[in-house]
Formats: sequence, C-alpha cells, structure tokens
Amino acid sequence: MNGSGGAAIALRRATMRFGHHVVWENLDLDVAPGQCLAILGPNGAGKSTLLKVLLGLLPLSGGTIAVDARPPGHGSAEAGYVAQQRVFDPDLPVRGRDLVQFGIDGQRRGLPRTRARQVDPVIQAVGAQAYADVWIGLLSGGQQQRLRIAQALAGRPRLLLCDEPLLSLDPAAQEEIVAVIDRHRREHGTTVVYVTHEITPIADVVDQVLYVAAGRWAAGSPETVLTTERLSALYGTHIDVLRVHHHVVIVGGDSAGGATHHPHDHGPAGHVRDRHDGHAGHLPEGDQP
Amino acid sequence: MSLGFLIQQPFAQHALLAAALVAVSCGLIGPFVVTRGMAFAVHGTAELAFTGAAAGLLVANNPVLGALAGALVVAGLIALLGARQRERDSAIGVILAFGLGIGVLLLGFYHGFATAATNILFGNIFGVSGDQLIVLLVIGLLVVAVMGTWYRPLLFASVDPDAAEARGVPVRRLGLLFLVVLALTVTGAAQVVGTLLVLSLAITPAAAAQRLSASPLTVAGLSIVFAVVAADGGLLASFQSNVKASVFITSVSFAIYVAARLTGPLLRDHRRLRHQGCPARQEATQPRTAPEPSGTPSQ
Repeated sequence: MNGSGGAAIALRRATMRFGHHVVWENLDLDVAPGQCLAILGPNGAGKSTLLKVLLGLLPLSGGTIAVDARPPGHGSAEAGYVAQQRVFDPDLPVRGRDLVQFGIDGQRRGLPRTRARQVDPVIQAVGAQAYADVWIGLLSGGQQQRLRIAQALAGRPRLLLCDEPLLSLDPAAQEEIVAVIDRHRREHGTTVVYVTHEITPIADVVDQVLYVAAGRWAAGSPETVLTTERLSALYGTHIDVLRVHHHVVIVGGDSAGGATHHPHDHGPAGHVRDRHDGHAGHLPEGDQP
Repeated sequence: MSLGFLIQQPFAQHALLAAALVAVSCGLIGPFVVTRGMAFAVHGTAELAFTGAAAGLLVANNPVLGALAGALVVAGLIALLGARQRERDSAIGVILAFGLGIGVLLLGFYHGFATAATNILFGNIFGVSGDQLIVLLVIGLLVVAVMGTWYRPLLFASVDPDAAEARGVPVRRLGLLFLVVLALTVTGAAQVVGTLLVLSLAITPAAAAQRLSASPLTVAGLSIVFAVVAADGGLLASFQSNVKASVFITSVSFAIYVAARLTGPLLRDHRRLRHQGCPARQEATQPRTAPEPSGTPSQ
C-alpha cells in the first residue's frame, strides 16, 4: 500500500455497504503507531462497524485495510477491545480478576484458571487491586471500566479499540478512565482508537479525528475537522462548532435539518448535551425526539 | 425396612446412581443457566420433554428417548426463533404453550397405566431401568465432556459477549452448543424429579452457590455439591416414606438456597470490609440512560 509503510492503521478506499445502503465509502486513513484516533459521528453512521472491521470481525465491501501492515486477523489477539460499560448482575459469579484473565486466555478451551502472576501486574497498572476479588456487579461503573481496560491490556495489544468506553460514566470517572488509557499509550506506544459520541472528555489526548456522517467522512486533526465549514459540508446543512473552555459543542443548524434528518439522534453530533441540565440545547423543546 | 437394607437393593442403588449422575450435569450447567438468564428456557425445554415423553410412550413405549427427542427439537426451535433473551423468552412461551397442548392430546391417546403421566411430570426415580441408567450415564458423560472442553470460552461469552466476540470466541455457536447440552441435561433431570421440577436441580443449586462465592470455579463446585446433596439426600429421605422422591429433592434444594441467601450477605459484608480500599459507588448515570438496576451493594 503506497505510503502506508509503518502505519498502525491504513485504510485505502475502504467502503462498507449493507445491501444497497452505503455506510461509508472510499475512506482513506492513516494512523501512526502510538497515536490516538477518535471516531466521531451520529448514531448509525457506522462508527462501531468500522471498529468491527479493525477487529477483523467484518470484511470490507471494498477497498483495503491493514493493521500493522497486515490484514486484521479474525478476533486478532493483537487488538485489545474495550466496550461500553454494561450492567452486571450483582450476583454474577465473576470477579474482576476473572475478567482480566479472559483477556489472556478467554478464547482457549478448558477450565478457567486465574494466574496471579499474569493478571496482578495488569490489575495494578489500572489501579484496581483493591476490588479485583469481589463480585464484579458490586463495583461502580468506573471500577468496572478499569477492569475491562485491564482485560483489553492483558493481551499486550499494540492496538487498543474502545467502543464508547465512557458512556454512562460521570465526568470524574470519565476523566480517570481517559487518564488510565492515555498513560498506557504513552508508556507502551499503543495505538488507541476511541469510538465516541462526545469528544470533550478525550479532547486533550486525541491526535486525529475521523468524523463519519450521512455516508461521508472527514479526517484530520481535531482543529481542522471540527470546524463549522467541514461539518456543515459533511452534513449538507449548516452546523455550528463552538468551543467553550474545554468543551467542543456541535450544534445542528436549524432544528428542521437536525431533527428530521437524524430522527434517532440528539442532533447531528449527539454530543451537544450540556453536562448540567443534560439535554440538547439547540432544539426547540417541542422538537426533541 | 431399614435404610441399610434398602440401599443394598439394586433398585435403590440404580436410583441413587441415576440421581447423582443427573445432579452432576445439572450442577455443572446451573451457573451458566443463571448467568445467561435462561431459567425460562430450562423450564420450556423440560415442559416439552414432557410432550416428547408422551409421544415416546405412545409410539415406542419409551418415554426417555421421546423426552430426549422433544428436548432437542425445542432447543433447535429456541435457537432458531430467538437469539436475544427478551426475544427468546417470548418465543419459548409460544412454543411451550402449543407443545404442552400437544402433550395433553398425546396422553389422551395413551391407554397404558394412568401413572405414566404423573411419572413424567413429577419423576419416577425408582422406575429407572438398567437401559435407562445407561442412557443417563451416556448423557452425563457427554455433558461433562462438552462442558469440560468449552467451559472457559462459554463463560467468557456468557459474561461479556461483546468482548468475547472481539477475542475470537464463537459466541453464537457456543450458545447453540449450550442449548443442546441444556436439552440433554433437562431430559436426564426429568427422569429424576420430573419435567415440572427440573428447575430445582438446574437452577436452585447454582443460585445458592453464587450467593456464597464470586469465583466461577468455586461456584461450579458448590453448585455440583448442592445438586448431589439435594438429589441423593432427598432420595434417601424418601426411602422411608410413601411420598415421591421429588418432594424431598426439591425441599432439600430449597433449604440449601434459603441457607445461602441468609449467609450470603454476611460473607459479602466480610469481603467488603477486607477490601476497604474500594471507594463507594459514586457514578451518577447520565439522564438519558436508565437508572442502573444492579445498583446498591447492600442488596
């Protein structure tokens, strides 16, 4: 692949279709090793689909993809995966220690065994040693997420893929989780990909942004992509990008465009929610889906 | 008759062995049934093993083979109709209601002993013949072999299917495999406690065990022990009465569960004290997401 030598992720004219529906097409992207990429966009824009392609779980409809100059292996052990926090039943007979061990040998046959020598260092690396031995369902969302990051890191991945890892966490917990992941990235040169609705919590650590919407995409540094001009062109309607202190607020122009074009979404970018009153401020109240 | 004399008798030994075999498989799959939220699937499979047994009785005078066929057909239907839990539960309800109706119809055609029907529904452990014992033994060995081989990836897939899929675990195929194992186990258990009471061996011991430990292997071990104690303990108790063994088996099983419910919270508090380092739960969910049901540690 021309010019992609040494890239951790290289996509060339990558296209994804489901039947006649084009999710995204002709996507070109290079991510250097140790970089942090954020994949942004409204619900249903194909962010998680792209993540599945990177994991090797879904083939492209067209174009090529290389992870570390190779096609992504099926369920490749080189990629660590952190999904959004899920609610574990408080009785679920599984400890954080078991979750982390799954990251090492969860796919192998036989009976589960936890080896302290393997998992303890990873548990310590995310600061979860105090609560790795109790029912996982008793822990807070932030604690559970630390352990799931430990699970993803336990296989010593060169690529860490995080699918909405901050969803349903409060701002303080979000900050902690981002810090844990970023410390690992800096220390080990791991390439990190976030799929997220909300750029604000990760704005300080992101090198590159891929914004997908309505079958189109834009890639580059956050400063160049998250602008009124680029996003307006992407959506084909006027979008305002506002920067307020550390917050990047993306506001879908007139309410008609935003609300009718993406009926399932909270506006085009979905991360317009104000942290304090918790709703999108750009739509007239009556138009909220 | 003394207990000592009774357990010398072949029929009693058959029964004890059959109960132990069934209990081991039940105890082994129980934690997965609970973790995967499949209690209703167990019940549905068992009810339709009844229909299969009635058909087997009518056609070949062999309820066990009929029950096995019925359970496997249901496992296939469940897999076909519903992959996700909510979808699955309604699909099971639909199949269960229709299948039971057919079972009643089939029994109407059957003119053998009237007790045959109640034996299927409530178990007839003392009626286990040598042949049936061999069927139970084969089923038990099969279940243990499959579970021993796939335990770890199945646990991973049950606890965290998204992460497991990302690691290359064949989540869907394992789900199917588990349904088959479930059907086999349920068929065996139906011979001991009857199709209506299968849950007392397939769910209750595991539900008790997971109150007492958070370690998957410890829970599996406890679940097997509880199931064997309930099955053989209940059987021994029933030797000296006219009441069906399933009554005692379900009672012992329930008593173990109650005891675990009562001691479980003490164990948890104790562990929490040992792990004082962990900060209290503090995450506030964002307004858009539903409040967390799994919440409070004191539960």
